[in-house]
Parts: sequence; C-alpha cells; structure tokens
Amino acid sequence: MNSLDIYSIDSLPDMSNNLMDWLVLMPEIFMLLATSTILMIGLFAGRKDELLTYILSLATLLVMIFLLVAANKYNDSILFDGMYVIDGLANFIKILVCITVIAVFVYARPYLLNRNFAKPEFYILGLFATLGMLIMASAQNFITIYLGLELLSLCLYALVAYVRDSNNASEAAIKYFVLGAIASGMLLYGMSIVYGITGTLNLSEISLYLANQNDVNIGLIFALTFIVIGVAFKFGAVPFHMWVPDVYQGAPTAVTLFIATAPKFAAFVMAIRLLSDGLQPLHIDWQQMLIILAVLSLIFGNVIAIAQTHIKRMLAYSTISHIGFVLLGLLSGESFGYASALFYTAVYVLMAAGTFAILLLLKNDSSNLYEDVDKLSDFKGLSQSHPWLAFLMLLLMFSMAGVPLTVGFYAKLYVLQSLVYNDFIWLAVLAVVMSIVGAFYYLRVIKYMYFDEIEDTLTSQNAPIATAVLSINGLLIVGLFIFPNYLLNYCVSVFG
Amino acid sequence: MLSSLPILSTLIWLPIIGGLLVLVAKKISVSSVRWLSLLIAIATFLVSIVLTKGFDSSQHTMQFYEQIAWIEVFNIYYALGVDGIAVPLILLTTVMTILVIIAGWEISKERIAEYFAAFLILEGLMIGVFCALDAILFYIFFEGMLIPMFLIIGIWGGPRRVYATIKFFLYTFFGSVFLLIALIYLYLHAGTFEIAALQLTTLDQTQQLLLFLAFFIAFAVKIPMWPVHTWLPDAHVEAPTGGSVILAAIMLKVGGYGFLRFSIPITPYASSQLAYLIIAISLIAIVYIGYVALAQRDMKKLIAYSSIAHMGFVTLGFFVIYKLTLANSSYSELALQGGMVQMISHGFISGAMFLCVGVLYDRMHSRQIADYGGVVNTMPKFATFFVIFAMANAGLPGTSGFVGEFMVILASFKANVWIAFLAATTLILGAAYTLWMIKRVVFGSVANDEVAKLKDINSREFFCLFVLTILVLWIGLWPAPLIEMMDASVTNLLNQAHQTNLP
Repeated sequence: MNSLDIYSIDSLPDMSNNLMDWLVLMPEIFMLLATSTILMIGLFAGRKDELLTYILSLATLLVMIFLLVAANKYNDSILFDGMYVIDGLANFIKILVCITVIAVFVYARPYLLNRNFAKPEFYILGLFATLGMLIMASAQNFITIYLGLELLSLCLYALVAYVRDSNNASEAAIKYFVLGAIASGMLLYGMSIVYGITGTLNLSEISLYLANQNDVNIGLIFALTFIVIGVAFKFGAVPFHMWVPDVYQGAPTAVTLFIATAPKFAAFVMAIRLLSDGLQPLHIDWQQMLIILAVLSLIFGNVIAIAQTHIKRMLAYSTISHIGFVLLGLLSGESFGYASALFYTAVYVLMAAGTFAILLLLKNDSSNLYEDVDKLSDFKGLSQSHPWLAFLMLLLMFSMAGVPLTVGFYAKLYVLQSLVYNDFIWLAVLAVVMSIVGAFYYLRVIKYMYFDEIEDTLTSQNAPIATAVLSINGLLIVGLFIFPNYLLNYCVSVFG
Repeated sequence: MLSSLPILSTLIWLPIIGGLLVLVAKKISVSSVRWLSLLIAIATFLVSIVLTKGFDSSQHTMQFYEQIAWIEVFNIYYALGVDGIAVPLILLTTVMTILVIIAGWEISKERIAEYFAAFLILEGLMIGVFCALDAILFYIFFEGMLIPMFLIIGIWGGPRRVYATIKFFLYTFFGSVFLLIALIYLYLHAGTFEIAALQLTTLDQTQQLLLFLAFFIAFAVKIPMWPVHTWLPDAHVEAPTGGSVILAAIMLKVGGYGFLRFSIPITPYASSQLAYLIIAISLIAIVYIGYVALAQRDMKKLIAYSSIAHMGFVTLGFFVIYKLTLANSSYSELALQGGMVQMISHGFISGAMFLCVGVLYDRMHSRQIADYGGVVNTMPKFATFFVIFAMANAGLPGTSGFVGEFMVILASFKANVWIAFLAATTLILGAAYTLWMIKRVVFGSVANDEVAKLKDINSREFFCLFVLTILVLWIGLWPAPLIEMMDASVTNLLNQAHQTNLP
C-alpha cells in the first residue's frame, strides 16, 4: 500500500500500480457496469421494466454506499498519473450524492406513476448523472473534471426534456442546454488558457507552478475569470442564474427535485477542486469574484423570490440565495470556510429534497398531466387537510429561513463565523439582512398552510415508503439541530 | 442535595415534551388535552417552586449549574444556571402559563391541542432564555420563542393576524440577527461563548460601542422601545388573549433581561457613554407613548401602548445608574431593583389587563371602548377586578405598579431632577389613560342592549383574576421577599456596570 501513498507523478507507472489503481476505482467501475446492465435489462424486461429498473437502481446505489464506505481506507491515493484522487472530501461527497439520489428516486416514483411518466429512462439517466458527479468528486485534472461535468450535464438536459410532450419542459430543456453549453465553453476556454500558460492540465501541478510565480500574470487572471464563470453557472449564482428559475419551473417536479439536490454537491466539489486544489495561489483574485457573485446572489435571489406566486419558481430564487451563502463560505479560501460551505451545501440539499418531495406527494385535481402542484395558493389550509405534511413543510421553511430549533440555523451560523473570522463583517451583516428579507417569503408559505382557510382540495398520493422517507428527512431538520456533531465534525475533518 | 438534580433542564424540557404529549393526547379527547396541559403547567410551576426554595439568595453566583459540551465545532455548551435576576422571571413564566391555560379552557375545540401545545413549548423556551449561560444557547431560545408565538398569533388571532404576526416575526428577527453577529464577533475575540467569560473580556472603545449597538437593536426591539415599538400594538391587538398575556407578561421581559445579561456587563464603557441616549428614549416612551395611549379607542391597543410606557421605566432604571455618582451607589441599586420589580409587576398587571379585555371580548366580540359602558351594572365581580388592575396599572400605592415606578423615580431624582420630573408624569398620564378607559367601559349607565345581556365572570375566570389580584397586592404591600431574592445579584451587577472592561 505504501507505494500508493507516495505515488510520484513523474515516475512511469508500472503494471502493479496500475492494477492497484483499478482496484481503488472499484466503486465507479461497479457503478458503470451496473448502470449499463440495468439499461439492458430495462430494454428487455417488457411490461415490468419500470419497477425492475427502479429496484435495481436503488440496489446499485445501496451497494455503492457500501463500497464507498469500504473505500475510505484508500484515502489520499492519487491514481492514473494524477488524473483521479481518492480523499476524504471525494468519498464524503460521493456518499452524500448516493444517499441523495436514493431519496430522489424514492420521492419521484409515486409522482411518475401517478402521471404515467414512469419509464426506465428516468432512473438510467439519473444513475449516469450520478456517475458523472462521482467522477467530478474525484477529479484532479481539467480533463477529468470536464468529463464528469459533461456526463452530469448531458443527463440533466435529457432529464429536463424527459416528458417530451410538455411544452414547458421542452422549452426549459432547450434553455438549459444552450446556456449550459455556453458555460461549458467558457470553462473550457479558461482551462485551455491555463494550460497554455502552465503547460499542464493537472491541478496539483498547476498549483505548484503558480506558487512559484512571483509576478501577476494577466493571462492567468483572464483565464480564471472564465473558470469562475463556469463554476458560477453550474451553481446558478447571479448573474449566471438565468437558467435556474425557468428550468426549475419548466421541468417536471421530479426532475426539479433531482436538479435541486445532488448536483449542488457536484458544483461544490468542482469549485473546491478548481479553486482550492488548482488555483489556490490566485486566491486573492478569485475571492473578489466570489464576493461579487455572492452579494448579487443574496440580494437578487431573496428580493426576486418575494415577487413569485409559483412555489417552484420561488424555490429557484431561494436556491440562488442559498448558493450565495455557499459562496460566502468558499470565498474565505481556507479550510474553516470550506467546511462551512460544505456543511451549508449538505443542509441545503437536505432541505431542498424535503421541500420538493412535499410538492411531489401532493396532487391537485387538475386534469392536465403536465400541471404540477405549483401555485402558492394551492397550499391554502394545508395544515387542515394534511397536518403532517404541513408540519414537515413548516420545519423545512423555518430551516431555510435559518431560525433556531432547525439545522438551517447552524448552517448560517457556521458561514457567518467563517466570514467574521476572515474580517468580512460587512458581508456577514449583508448576509443576515438578506436572510431577513428571505424569511418573509418562507413565512408566507407557512401563512398559506396555517393561517388561511382551506380552499382548493389538494389530495396526496398514497405512497407509504416515500412518506416515511420524507418524515425522516423532515425530522432530521430538528434531529440535526439537537445532534449536529457527527455531520459537523465530518465536514471539518475532510478539510483536515 | 437539590442542586444535584437537573432542575433547570426539567423546567425547560418538561413543558416542551409535555407540549408534544398534548398533541398526541388530541387523539383521545378534548378534555384529556385540557387536563393534561393543566397538569404539565402545574407540574412545571411546582418544579419552579422547588427551584425558588433551593435558591440561595445570599449568593450572586450562578446556581443549579449544569453543563454539557454540546457542539464541539462551535464550542457551544449546553450550560444552564440561575441567579437572583433569573429566578423571579422564571416564576413569573410558570405562573402566567398556568393562568393562560386556564383562561384558554374554552377556546375553539378544533385546534385546542395545538393551542395548548404551543403555549407549553413556548414556556419551555422562555425559561431556557432565563437560564442559558452560553450565549448561543441564549440566542437559540431567544429566537426559537418566535416560532410558537408566530403561530399563536397567526392561527388564533383576529382579522389582521397575518399582517400582525409577520410584522412581529420580521421585526424581532431583524433585531436579533445583529445580536448573532455580535456574539460571533465576541467569540472570535474571546474564544468562548460562555456569558460569564464574555463579561470579563476586555474590549476597546470602538468595539464596545459597536457591540453595544448590536445588542441594543436586538433588545430594544424586543422590549420594545420607542421608535421600534410599532410591532407591539399590532401584535397585541390581533393576538388571542393568551398570546397577548404571554407577550406582554414575559416576552417583553426578555429584552430587559438581555440588557442586564449582555449590554451592561459586557460593554459597560459603552453603556455609560450611551446611557444618556437610552434614558432619553425611555423618557420619550414614558411621556410620548403615554399621550398616544390616551388617544386609543381600542382597549388592547391602549394596554399595549401602556406596556411600552411602563417598559420605559425598566430601561430608565437600568441606565440611570450611570448618571449617579459612586457615592450614591445605594440609589443605583435602588434603580436596578426598581427596574426589576417593574418587570415582574408589569408582567402581572399587563397580563391581568389583557385577561380582563379577553373576558369582555369573549362575550361581546369587540375591543372598542365605544361599544361598552356601564359594564359594572351587569358584571359587578368582573368590574371590581378590572378596577383593581386599572389602579395598579396607574401606579396606585399599595399595588405592585407603584413599587417599581417609585423606586426608579426616587433614584432618578438623585441623578437629575428633570429626569425624575419627566418620569413622574407617568403618574398623571398613566392614571389618565387607564382610568378614563375604565370610566368609559365600566362605569356610567348601561350603554346598549348587548351590555345589558352580559353575564358576569364564571368561576374559572374568577380564579385567574383572583390569583393575579393576590400577586399584585402582595408585591405592592410587601415587596421585600422579591427584592431580597435579587439583592446579591443586583449588587454584583452594579459592580460589573462600573467596570469599564477597557484594555
């Protein structure tokens, strides 16, 4: 094992090391093979194909979690000439992604079945997207990052258009695809300039090269700008947020749930790999860019969300504002801030998953299959017709607002602490003032559910498993408030 | 022996867990919900009596101390303890909660379990505020209180409840986020969230001024002080009776308590520098808000404004100590004690006044003064109570309302005659707005048919008002036990107040 730990990049890899590399890569290889197999099985399974794909997909993800936990002992290995890295961060993100995707599949199925949207493709695309995220989590080279990113993005574009008869979804997919392609182009352009200057695509070598440079290289700053734009687009930070509301609203809610959750981990880890692992020496420069992105995201996200009457669109803007908080954590450029951003991302995904799951479990009596439960006014009197769902929603909304007694409070507290620690008190003040603005539209949801008389009769899907998972998800908001140590310590430890 | 049991944790968690149980009891029957809630509230009260019995008032240190490491990454401890300032407030909380539950006995049966559960959980959180020794733990309770109150006003409130409750939430949320940033800043400066350690931290002048302002925003909104008081009349008017009672009797006190725990001991230099500002604002509250109260047509609004004016005495008492020389330190003590007595007394009196209005509202569904007149003819027992509380509200000697105000006025007389002069106008204004309201509502001939049909209070309502009458008169006639209980802590606070904490 020792040879793995001190794997040196410039020495020619011999065969035995390569074999070890493949071994360490087991989880990803398994995932690829399993997904391809499920694809084939789904094709030939006949009428039961959807159920079979669903069960096999869940099984694959469960095995993945097991493999990833087992792979923890290969921590800090660098594979394939520095293309791929297995470290605590990568493993943690991968495990979180797999858990999230399991929850997404469980939440999505009753909705898909109810509308006759249930097809094996949903799970297959989801699994390939997951593989893309896993690759991104471990990427240590521009090429690998790009590979993972495109695998993820292409699956997401297809997922948005998954219900092909829906005009809204098709429109959203086209917007997402065009804007996403531009962003990928920007990212590639930035990467190519960095390659031109440093002569390498490997992140640690780039970092080494930059650390030895004494004077500022304008070309590098130029390239950095494009890379940050690429990252900002994937996060959905203002002013690269245009796709977020349209895609969130246009896509079927099940797909929105997917986009709103797991890929945030991927975006986070991509930012860490690019900015921290690769371009840390340019910290001063990208810090300023992130400040602008974060401030704009906080202000625009929160203020525009107030004007929304549709909950998916409101949640889209709320996501933008949460991304602002994640960026606030990232911009400090040191492990304290990174850990706070990771914790924030994890908490955010937990909240977003629960919120969209509630939307999925409810159905209105509209005959139009493509019309989801989306209007805020649909929620009127929900506390009377569905007290438990309304209570979970209440917890989620307070958590998103960052009120104590919910874990959302710690997420904000942690980021604020990192800001004050790094002498960005003005940013901390701005962040809390904007979260007061944000509190308004979260409270409004509660107002509809609890203070208004019942109007529309929303019914809920009969989905015991999804409801059970949702209950755990919702109660975790309070559970993690009382016992946050495990998650917090893990977030700290991966940044050592 | 007593101090080895986690009494404070029991006080916090018993009502919270009890509140959750009440939600479960909903499945059984309405009466089980009522009796279980009452049982839990009484049990909590008994525990608080045990706390008072075991409390050693000759010590100023924190007693019934409990500490568990809670969140390692943030260095937050679950640390609880009480001193002579906290114990009376905890007693106030447990007493008022019982009365609120009894007063809410007949509330709409549909959501009665949720109603009682909200009050019980709120009780646990409020007690938590008064016990917390860790700044973030304090903040968590301080903010967490908003959730049940938000729901109480929003669900069971009047016609404009949505506006009122969102305004209430956002206003107080706005204030407290600055407290949060101040606490984080202090943590990075001192390396701990322990309030006692923060009180020993040295801070330079700018730091103190900025921190003081952050604390000030949080607590001034909560108390509330002029000019950030506008949420209070709205919240009170729209809240259900129980919500108004708890809001006025206890939640406002949290602001005053915050001044004593954070502003004065942690930033004494800034407190002394800005004392004139607080005194000025307090006097504005006393005089100007007194006039505003005079103009009200809605009984609840009138009492809400009178609350603001009375809380002005609390802040005046707390900060007038900086205008007294060290030679007059016995007067400083008097001022602090006066502020504290005023908090407790206002808790009982305002709670009682809101209960009285609730009694009328339950029968007539109106809070407008103009809709009433001659209530004494149809409700003689009720009228007796209402007049007693009105007298107490006006500061009649012999009632608790007099003691606190008198102590504060006496102390401010030593500091500056004009401060005392302006503060003393409350004796006129308070009497004017309260008694004028009484005159229009209670006395005179029967105003209309509906008043003629009124039924006098039942034994349940009689009990609530009777208990409060005893308490108001007790503190009015014999405040010594209360003052004794907080004596050592107040002396200690005064010492802290006259440090500078400058490097």
